[in-house]
Amino acid sequence: MARSLAGFLVLVLAISICEAASIFQPISDSHRSAALVLFKPVDGSFASLEETYEALRTFEILGIIKKPDVSTAACGTMSKVLSSSSSTPKDLFVALRVNSILKCKINAEVFEGIISRLQAAVSGASSLLDFYYSIGSLGLIKDRTSNTDVHLSDAEGIFRSIKALSQSDGRWRYSSNNPESSTFAAGIALEALARIVSLASSEVDQSMIGTVKNDILKLFDSIEKYDDGAFYFDEKVVNVPEHSGPLSTSSSVVRGLTAFTTVASGSLNLPGDKILGLAKFFLGIGIPGDAKDFFNQIDSLACLESNRVSIPLILSVPSTVVSLAKKENLMVKVNTVLGSKAPPLTVKLVRAYSTSSKDTSIIENKELSFDTERVVYFLDALPDSVDVGSYIFVFKVVLHDFEHKDVYITGTLTHVQIFMTGLIKIGNAEIAVLDNDLGSIETQRKLDLAGENAVSLPANHLQKLRLSFQLTTPRGSAFKPHQAFLKLRHETKVEHIFLVGNSGKKFEITLDFLGLVEKLFYLSGKYDIQLTVGDVVMENSLLSDIGYVELDLPEAPEKAPRPPPQAVDPYSRYGPKAEISHIFRAPEKRPPKELSLTFLGLILFPFIGFLIGLLRLGVNLKNFPTSSVPATFAILFHVGIAAVLLLYVLFWLKLDLFTTLKTLSFLGVFLMFVGHRILSHLASASSKLKSA
Amino acid sequence: MARSTSRDAEALFHSLRSAYVATPSSLKIIDLYVGFAVFTAVIQVVYMAVVGSFPFNSFLSGVLSCVGTAVLAVCLRIQVNKENKEFKDLPPERAFADFVLCNLVLHLVIMNFLG
Repeated sequence: MARSLAGFLVLVLAISICEAASIFQPISDSHRSAALVLFKPVDGSFASLEETYEALRTFEILGIIKKPDVSTAACGTMSKVLSSSSSTPKDLFVALRVNSILKCKINAEVFEGIISRLQAAVSGASSLLDFYYSIGSLGLIKDRTSNTDVHLSDAEGIFRSIKALSQSDGRWRYSSNNPESSTFAAGIALEALARIVSLASSEVDQSMIGTVKNDILKLFDSIEKYDDGAFYFDEKVVNVPEHSGPLSTSSSVVRGLTAFTTVASGSLNLPGDKILGLAKFFLGIGIPGDAKDFFNQIDSLACLESNRVSIPLILSVPSTVVSLAKKENLMVKVNTVLGSKAPPLTVKLVRAYSTSSKDTSIIENKELSFDTERVVYFLDALPDSVDVGSYIFVFKVVLHDFEHKDVYITGTLTHVQIFMTGLIKIGNAEIAVLDNDLGSIETQRKLDLAGENAVSLPANHLQKLRLSFQLTTPRGSAFKPHQAFLKLRHETKVEHIFLVGNSGKKFEITLDFLGLVEKLFYLSGKYDIQLTVGDVVMENSLLSDIGYVELDLPEAPEKAPRPPPQAVDPYSRYGPKAEISHIFRAPEKRPPKELSLTFLGLILFPFIGFLIGLLRLGVNLKNFPTSSVPATFAILFHVGIAAVLLLYVLFWLKLDLFTTLKTLSFLGVFLMFVGHRILSHLASASSKLKSA
Repeated sequence: MARSTSRDAEALFHSLRSAYVATPSSLKIIDLYVGFAVFTAVIQVVYMAVVGSFPFNSFLSGVLSCVGTAVLAVCLRIQVNKENKEFKDLPPERAFADFVLCNLVLHLVIMNFLG
């Protein structure tokens, strides 16, 4: 039963997720506090100038006043980089970008030196990044010093050499000998081209700008889409080491696009939904945990907000839960991506429908009122037909000024899922014990499910327990909550959960104990009754202890199933395990040392007896050979035997069987040889003696 | 009756001893050796009875070493004895070589078993 219930809940959840239209919230104060956490200087400075720029730019866009002061350290590092002759165009570019925000005091001579170096670098550049950094640096110097010397004499030539790296699909290559084209590079190229146009000493040919605009349109054909309406750019090549991921790629394109449209005259017919989709993509990320991602998100949104093509407006709903009981109004906000004020406009509710019946609209074509004080649009009166439940509201934003229609994009329709919550009336709640065969009521109690209850009912296995109640919505229709369970808990903590079924308004469950004895494990005694009624839209969801029922069940037969062991406290599973104590075999009792030594001495007595016996018998070595050769063999024979015995002792002490056997085989052969010689000599000597 | 028994026993011992005196001295050496081995074994058994048989393999190898070498010495005695017609053609040197070889093999096993 519980499993089917869980399945039902999953289904409901899945439906509500599928139905839910994503809402994108504009940048808010949570981003500002996150920025201060993410960009935290260590000892008054950031790790690198690049990080310094990202932090300062983010603070500038978000309008954070209480930012950490890093200007002293950063200005010092920057002037070192600018005055050093070994700085690359990239170092200069990064330093100048920081300067564009901090506006440090730098000598005019320093700039003079850099300008000539950069101009040489531009004319000698071959790769896209070389162009980007040196032209970017020149542009930043021009912005800062308004020096008229800073210009590109051969702007069209440089423009052409960058344009030569572009591909037919609108993407760019990093250099002429690198065949792989990249979307990220396209963003960089557009930025560089925009700089060239602004730095050119003479007007750049409009036809060339036109072809670049064409490239941008082609690039937007390759844009990718999420289901929630967000658009993004992604790198198609695999081995791009430095810049990867949709966020950095999309943000590069957005930066390039904004820079280019600022300098290029004439309109660019980019589809508005794609620009809005890009804004949704950046907002949909939420608050990134990485400083680089955070900068990319905020910087791109700032570009979108200030671009000349079209500024996206974001419709957001501060609260998607509207309480009918408190007579709340549905509020809608319209802001730019960074959360600033939108131009005069009207928000229209096109239609609203229940998620369960899509075809019948409950509201149609209603204009939302505007609250000038709180800058929100609200739906003042909901029609009576709106009951608790989940609804999809479809909004449309209409701009008042006709001119604004070219500047702002609002998207066509915005779908938002709204939950209408309210107090559900619970009535006719009662609990009763019935006789099984006749169905006559034995005891009956009224319940007040909203308040306290403490019923106590006796029952046996021949009876039934019936619980019933009615649920009605504020508008008087039947209400079916997500959850309606009855739980019986025995004194031994064994729990049983039953699903309460309904027919129309009435919810009723009848527990026939005769059929349940086995499920209840024949456990007699007190069972606590707990009722759970809950739903997303039900403001007075309840988990109420009704009381208890004293059950008298028959004795368990032999083969009855045992109640399952109660789940152990999950936290104890992670506690320390009982220590393992190793048990070793107790050593055998050894005899006292003296006794063993005494017996060792005793062993010597037979040996001494043996020697004495030998003496008494008058043993002699007269038979030992006297001539040198047999005597040598005799000595060698005895030495050989002694050697074998010594080998045995060594085997006992430390050698293993294999070493012993190997040595023994050599000794054995030697012993056989000398033994044979000496013994045959003795034999021949004795036979000679006999025959003589 | 008792006196006659003791006298008979005395007479028996006398005859045995006089007969044993005639035994060649080489055989007497072997007898002495067997006696030495058997006594050593007996002492070890007594030790086991007093102390217990804990390193049983050590006890076994000690006793079997003595008993085994005693048995081999008896075999040597049988072969060396000139009275035994059966081994008349066998030279005593050959018998001694067998004795040495068997003892070496026996003690290799004993050492392996000693632990």
